[in-house]
Amino acid sequence: MGRFLLSRLLSAIPTVVIVTLMVFVLMRAIPGDPAALMLGDLAEPEQVAAMRAKMGHDQPLPMQYLLWIGDVLRGDFGHSIVNQEPILPLILTRFSVSATIVFAAVILAALVAVPAGMIAAWRQNRASDVAIVTAATLSLSIPSFWLGLMLLLVFGLWLNWLPIVGFVPVTREFWAGTVYLIMPVATLVLVESGSIARMARASTIEVARLDYITHARAKGLSERQVMWRHAFRNAFAPTWTLIGLILGSLLANIAVIETVFTIPGLGRLLIDSIYARDYPVVQGCLLFIALIYVAVNLLVDCVYPLLDPRVTA
Amino acid sequence: MSGPALEVEGLDVMVGGTGMRVVKNLSFSIARGGALALVGESGSGKTMAARSILRLLPPGLRASSEAVRFEGRDIANAADAEMRRLRGAQIGMVFQEPMVSLNPSMSIGGQMGEGLRLHKSLSAGEIRDMSLAMLERVRIPDPGGCLAAYPHEFSGGMRQRIMLASVMLMRPALLIADEPTTALDTLVSREVLDLMMELTEENGTAVLLISHDLGMVARYMQDLLVMKDGEAVEKGSAAEVLRAPSHGYTQRLVDALPRRSHGGERGVPAKPIIEVEGLRVAYPGRRRLLRSLPAKEVLHGVDLRVGEGETLALVGGSGSGKTTLGRALVGLTRPLDGLMRFRGEPLDWRAPQPGMRKDIQFIFQDPYSSLDPRQNVGSIIAEPLKRDRASTRRGRRERTAEILELVGLPADFMPRLPHQLSGGQRQRVAIARALVREPKFLVADEPVSALDMTVQAQILKLIRELQARFGFACLFVSHDLGAVEQVADRVAVMKEGRIVEEGTRDDIFDRPQQEYTRALLDAAMLIDRRFGDRTAAQ
Amino acid sequence: MNVQAKPWFGGVRFNVVFGIAVVGFMFAVALVGPWFAPADPLAINIRARLATPGGDYLLGADEFGRDVLSRLIAGARTSVVIALVTVAIAVALGTIFGVLAGYRRGWTDRCLMIVNDSMLAFPGLLLALGIMAVFGASRDGIIIALGLAYAPVVVRVVRGTVLSLREQEFIEASRVIGNPEWLTMLRHVLPNCLAPLLVVATMMFGWVILSESALSFLGLGVPPPAPSWGNMLSTARPYINQAPQLIVFPGLCISITLLGVNMLGDAIRDWLDPKMERAA
Repeated sequence: MGRFLLSRLLSAIPTVVIVTLMVFVLMRAIPGDPAALMLGDLAEPEQVAAMRAKMGHDQPLPMQYLLWIGDVLRGDFGHSIVNQEPILPLILTRFSVSATIVFAAVILAALVAVPAGMIAAWRQNRASDVAIVTAATLSLSIPSFWLGLMLLLVFGLWLNWLPIVGFVPVTREFWAGTVYLIMPVATLVLVESGSIARMARASTIEVARLDYITHARAKGLSERQVMWRHAFRNAFAPTWTLIGLILGSLLANIAVIETVFTIPGLGRLLIDSIYARDYPVVQGCLLFIALIYVAVNLLVDCVYPLLDPRVTA
Repeated sequence: MSGPALEVEGLDVMVGGTGMRVVKNLSFSIARGGALALVGESGSGKTMAARSILRLLPPGLRASSEAVRFEGRDIANAADAEMRRLRGAQIGMVFQEPMVSLNPSMSIGGQMGEGLRLHKSLSAGEIRDMSLAMLERVRIPDPGGCLAAYPHEFSGGMRQRIMLASVMLMRPALLIADEPTTALDTLVSREVLDLMMELTEENGTAVLLISHDLGMVARYMQDLLVMKDGEAVEKGSAAEVLRAPSHGYTQRLVDALPRRSHGGERGVPAKPIIEVEGLRVAYPGRRRLLRSLPAKEVLHGVDLRVGEGETLALVGGSGSGKTTLGRALVGLTRPLDGLMRFRGEPLDWRAPQPGMRKDIQFIFQDPYSSLDPRQNVGSIIAEPLKRDRASTRRGRRERTAEILELVGLPADFMPRLPHQLSGGQRQRVAIARALVREPKFLVADEPVSALDMTVQAQILKLIRELQARFGFACLFVSHDLGAVEQVADRVAVMKEGRIVEEGTRDDIFDRPQQEYTRALLDAAMLIDRRFGDRTAAQ
Repeated sequence: MNVQAKPWFGGVRFNVVFGIAVVGFMFAVALVGPWFAPADPLAINIRARLATPGGDYLLGADEFGRDVLSRLIAGARTSVVIALVTVAIAVALGTIFGVLAGYRRGWTDRCLMIVNDSMLAFPGLLLALGIMAVFGASRDGIIIALGLAYAPVVVRVVRGTVLSLREQEFIEASRVIGNPEWLTMLRHVLPNCLAPLLVVATMMFGWVILSESALSFLGLGVPPPAPSWGNMLSTARPYINQAPQLIVFPGLCISITLLGVNMLGDAIRDWLDPKMERAA
């Protein structure tokens, strides 16, 4: 077990290194000189050269990369070109907003979709199964931004139940904040439940065919006991991995939902910075989201042996 | 206590909706503490018949019967709750695949105690003590550690013993064993069966054994029932059925049994075609994070000689290295060290002499994976011919038709795809592919072990006929001494990567020198050791 | 003994019919639709601004008085072209590297997989967003960005298939009859990769349509005035109160298309190989 965790941790290192390299290369591939961009059109060439030196951009590329990594390791993501704010605190504030939405959505989606998928599998080809599979396929096919707009239209404009613009962080005012979270979270739950339910259903069907399920029945266990004691853990293992993947990709796609509901989250920060050509912030966001994704998957993998002890072998 | 443990009358099992019956009007009974075997080949319905007793049929199958009586009580129409009280507690079941019949995410202790907790009111300590005693009884080393361990930490034979222990822990009145040793190698399967018989005898448990292996059944069971296509074709005491089978199908099954015949041994040819000296093969160790584990050597310096036109059988348990040796000879596994010679020329597969590929061929064990699922029969057989640049499309076609006929398949099989063929037909295609360019030396790796008994006999006969016609030498790799007996001129016995004994077929079978060889022969259950009279009469 | 009752009712057959119908219709509209469109999708008519459906404007007009139906038809072509080219790029790249990694193993495999896993470590749209940030919003930019973002998925599928094929005895059999490695690859490995490739390509067609519309919705995809379903939604957002139909129609188009593609994908998967259920 300890060995498994260690090897899993170490195997993430090359991934992290290459992720940072890719972010670095991507940002250096942007046409134009970041230093000139920072100083604006009126800057003198000497000023630009001084700024380049200050940013370390007069160094050879590998050196620039190492300098950047050094800063990142110290927690210094640099400063925004637009308003000179330090980037990491900015990202963290925005991240807390996005993370609240994403975590709430994924937890709720899992709570709805995993039992739904397993029930569908257990009642394969019966009416309840068909209903769940149909709902899951529908959920898979509706884009989150459209569903969000439709909810906005119906519950915000027509029924006037929920606010359509504005945002209050839950950390400041819990209930007021929660009201603003209802629609974005509901949208994500509706959209992401589909794939989770389908995965839970497929892996339960797979497991239900195996001999140890028949063996459990042959011991005299009731269907409920067979399902929860023997089928659940084994069938849940692949779904668990999928939930981790969804959690990560939601963080990347959250910009879409934040745009629909005008929420000042990390995704909006990334998009606004791309518009504003604020490349240090873009770079910071890309790196931060990718690293969070790697970390989430690492965490998911580390819990996996509890579901399936075979992986540690 | 009298009356049978189990009585089944007029059992039908149907595929839901279609009305196709996979078990037809089956009736049998087992005395208390008695033993009955349902024998049949794949598709005979024996497993479904057994599962329907506990009502554990896979979805889509339905059973109906006149009566299923367990200890006098009719359980055919019992309520589900009553069936659950019977399952495990009164009627235990052991499954075929030890790799998938234990829950991988639950500790052994958890799985063993589950039945006791469900059916008996015992304290945790008592459950633990009983489990430990039972594990000890089935000779699992370190029973305490075993309880906390997970199934993947054990070998197939160990898992099957654990499975047996967890079922017998409940002291059921009836044990249903569904092909309990099919997935195990001969020596291990012998141990498991001995253990099963000991335990059931101790507890007075009746046994219903499902098996395809008539020889094994004859050794362990008092009564047997032969099934074909869902119907009982023959019923009676094991000894009686084997001595005088009345149905034609049973007759064929009996004929396919491994037995000692005599004569037909050919002299050892003087001229060797294949020579192996000091061959060592190692598989790379598993990669850990920073270093690899040390390589695992599976052949430790093997010497071997196969003469022109002769068949040398290589026998041994699983893990003995026999398959590795065969694979090294055709270049599928790279040797670490040692020398191989083909007709006196050094054989180096990294830079093979021209023609060696044509002359040295291989038949794989599993005809389900050795044929490309997307290629039709004609193209599979013709493919080796394409290696000959001078060949024409027409020439290849004619040659394919010719060889197809020789392996006993009609020419209109050419456009068929592998999944449209039966196992035996597939293996015939694989043989045709290997022989189409008339090799001089053939390695056959367990070529019949994936097939039904009656089909095995046909394929072995085919190999012998083709050998007589083409005169190739053959290295016949097998764990099945019954098959070896039918085809081998000489036999080499392998154990743990070494050849421990070598000799003519009759020497090995009649005058084995090594303990290991004797154990293998004993486990192989050659029929004439018990029913010598019948063999002599042939 | 393996007796599996096939589900006969509704579900399965509806899948196939609906999937083929929707995808077929989508392709037909993309191919010949613009000739039948009632108006020029770029023609501005300020007097018809935010016109309601009916009359001259069957599905209404947008904030510049452009005909919504014509713009939806043009958007279908945009989506199909982008999706087809992107999938082709991803499949081509993914197959080459996947076969290479799976077949050569050793260091080639390890290095390729580290790079591949690192690309997969950019979840969802992130890699595409990064690439779009560099190139700026354009149609070709989307194709390159999404092609690169999805190629690693194909690499994984192909490599997995090749690795499991390598264990199959018919690949060894090809070696034993004397076929050189490249011929074994061409004749036995690649054809057996087609089924999983077809499945993943179909699914990916749906993902690309979704991602393209999401990027366009964010203003980083197809740049206006050229219509795409995603940027139509984005420009309609401010008029949600006055003209909700502008939001309803493009979204319906995306959803129905995705539903069709998903159903077709499921049908193809079930039809080709029941084992795929495990891999997907």
